[in-house]
Amino acid sequence: MQERLVYLDHGATSPLREEVLEAMLPFLKERYGNPSSLHSPGRVIRQAVEEAREKTALALGAEPDEIFFTSGGTESNNIAIRGAARARRSKGHLITTSIEHHAVLDVCKGLAEDGFSVTYLPVDRYGLVSLEMVEKALRPDTFMISIMMANNEVGTIEPVAEIGALARERGVLFHTDAVQAVGQIPLDLRELKIDLLTLSAHKFNGPKGVGALYVRRGTPVAPLYDGGGQEKALRPGTENVPGIVGLARALELAVEELPEKTRHLLALRRRLIEGLLAMDDTVLNGHPTARLPGNVNVSFNYIEGEALLLGLDLEGIAASSGSACTAGSPEPSHVLLAMGLGHQLARGSLRLTLGRENSDACLDHLFSVLPPLVERLRKMSALYPGQS
Amino acid sequence: MYNEKVIDHFTNPRNAGKMAEADIIGEAGSFKCGDTMKIYLKIEQGRISDVKFQTFGCGAAIASSSMLTEMVKGKTLEEAQRITNEDVALELGGLPPLKLHCSNLAADALRDAIRRYREKV
Repeated sequence: MQERLVYLDHGATSPLREEVLEAMLPFLKERYGNPSSLHSPGRVIRQAVEEAREKTALALGAEPDEIFFTSGGTESNNIAIRGAARARRSKGHLITTSIEHHAVLDVCKGLAEDGFSVTYLPVDRYGLVSLEMVEKALRPDTFMISIMMANNEVGTIEPVAEIGALARERGVLFHTDAVQAVGQIPLDLRELKIDLLTLSAHKFNGPKGVGALYVRRGTPVAPLYDGGGQEKALRPGTENVPGIVGLARALELAVEELPEKTRHLLALRRRLIEGLLAMDDTVLNGHPTARLPGNVNVSFNYIEGEALLLGLDLEGIAASSGSACTAGSPEPSHVLLAMGLGHQLARGSLRLTLGRENSDACLDHLFSVLPPLVERLRKMSALYPGQS
Repeated sequence: MYNEKVIDHFTNPRNAGKMAEADIIGEAGSFKCGDTMKIYLKIEQGRISDVKFQTFGCGAAIASSSMLTEMVKGKTLEEAQRITNEDVALELGGLPPLKLHCSNLAADALRDAIRRYREKV
């Protein structure tokens, strides 16, 4: 472990806040009751879970009975999409995009294997889905549209308000994977026409292993497995009480501090993007403005992302890349390819995702390390046309 | 993920860069992931007297390239030709299973250079 760590990978996960840990601790210690128990140690816990549900609902502009706690983003996406498909009597059609997280893409793939038909919408060079494309893809048997609120790799914010309105007008369910958006951008479910929304606590300084699914009242969703009837039988299993309490506290804080955090992140992001684009042969991936405040994604021509990450890691900087080699798969990021990037640029991508504890000092360190590293890797690259 | 030797060859690659007056240049690419390596050889009396490389690829590909250049210096073309991709990975003290394919370009580039050299002379 290096002495100094500059963590620029908040899109992957974020550190647990002290206030959140404090809220959770009693439920990891003396408050161990099962919320389903009749006795008083259990009833106390039931009350804590319901208070967490109220807080979560309030932060999103939802009603408490519309919040279902889950084990995280992947499970919420599975329940939303597979559950809505299961609640139907016949097969049907669903619309999603080619840049979704695998926790949506692979669920759709699974449904296609089961006989459903799926349309994967393309995106433009910024990673944006167009409302017209969504409208054109609608069929008489379309029962659901699932489009992410913001992309995890390039941070592009999709027009979910417009897409939701269209879905509602046509009587089609609208699910959004908002894992990257909740706690990062303003979001009010009283205004948005969303039927199902996925969120995950560890992306906004909450604990891992807990998330939630918002299910608008009256939305038909069938559970994926059977059990003791918890979460109104939609997600049976004894509740992850410390996690649920932590999620609610983290979300409450994130929403409360959102304007301040947004200002902080936007200032850092501006400096970061300007500094990166001042380097030779560098391009910004994603949208210049319709973008998560903490997301920066750039491609460095002639070099490979995994080598870049390795070099940064040796200097105490944690980042991520859409390079195939980081995931051990032969194909680079499906998101960057869908945006039209060539293989080489997709492999040379670097994602830096900022969080509340990042400061200008973090960027100072990054900028002292990155340019010489990029130069070194370019000079030894077989593709680099320049002097070496 | 990588052992110390791999990290060392990535951080301080031996013989990295272009060679202005190479006798022959070999090239190899991984069709699977797009890695590309160029190897530059200086050959004197049937022996590799100097070697340089340039690689576009991940840490494992760069370390393998660097390792190979150390292994071939001073060797006859016959000796050098017998080096396999597995030998390079082994000399590096092993690579993570998922990254093994990334080392499958160094020996290939070398053999390409030797083949070209023999065609030329």
